[in-house]
Amino acid sequence: MSLGPYASFIVWSYLLVAVVVLILIGWIALDYRQQRARLRDLEASGVTRRSGRGAADLS
Amino acid sequence: MTLIDLANPTRFLSLTAKILPWLAAATAILLAIGLYQSAMAPDDYQQGATVKIMFIHVPNAWLSMFVWGVMSLSALGTLVWRHPLADVSAKAAAPIGAAFTFLALVTGSLWGRPMWGTYWEWDARLTSVLILFLMYLGLIALWRAVEDPSRAARAAAVLTLVGAINIPIIKFSVDWWNTLHQPASVLRMGGSTLDKAFLIPLLVMAVAFSLLFITLHLAAMRNEILRRRVRALQMQQASQPRA
Repeated sequence: MSLGPYASFIVWSYLLVAVVVLILIGWIALDYRQQRARLRDLEASGVTRRSGRGAADLS
Repeated sequence: MTLIDLANPTRFLSLTAKILPWLAAATAILLAIGLYQSAMAPDDYQQGATVKIMFIHVPNAWLSMFVWGVMSLSALGTLVWRHPLADVSAKAAAPIGAAFTFLALVTGSLWGRPMWGTYWEWDARLTSVLILFLMYLGLIALWRAVEDPSRAARAAAVLTLVGAINIPIIKFSVDWWNTLHQPASVLRMGGSTLDKAFLIPLLVMAVAFSLLFITLHLAAMRNEILRRRVRALQMQQASQPRA
């Protein structure tokens, strides 16, 4: 597969999309872990939801 | 399960826990197929291999507008129906929409340099998409500036609906004004002008990116619900009398 004289423009476009999408995925995954950890810490310190369910319980 | 059931954040979390792995897998498979088809697509007789940039530029450009559409529906949900997840949906979608808009602008710029001879031109299409990007950033800043989520939700919903005026301007800018950007070649009256060799990979990539958005949006909504639980518990903790 030859990308011709403008190969750098094509490669940079695909690389940039890959990097931004990976940053988005990483940011959302990290945020999830942070929120779950905060909820676990709060529960461990004795704060519970009014419903009595675990705050970090997703089911 | 009905739509009303999803109004309950706990049921929503339970549903997302079940479907997110499947959505992520479907996104990865479709992206792999789309990237393979994009790599194998022939060169265009005028643009040569740079036509491959279309397979990532166009899905990002479509999604930049689609995400604002999703946010506008969510804004209606906030203002009219006061749906508990409407604001969560809008707030979670904004950074994802901003990222897609940023990618549409930059990949368009990288495509424009070899084809038009310039990275940027202040024409109607490019400028209206840049305005959309700035509006995304403005909304994100608004949510961060107002601490009370319900107050921020109403202000953001109004701003989102006002900003929705820009979506038809972006779509029809190439018809209303004389622009450097080419007119619509896929979603147009009379059908697509693209050859199947380009149209099929483009549509596969568009579906793959749409699935990517749905996956990321549901995951970000789940995070936002958990963030609000953290906030509620922290306020509850702060209001408890200390021993």
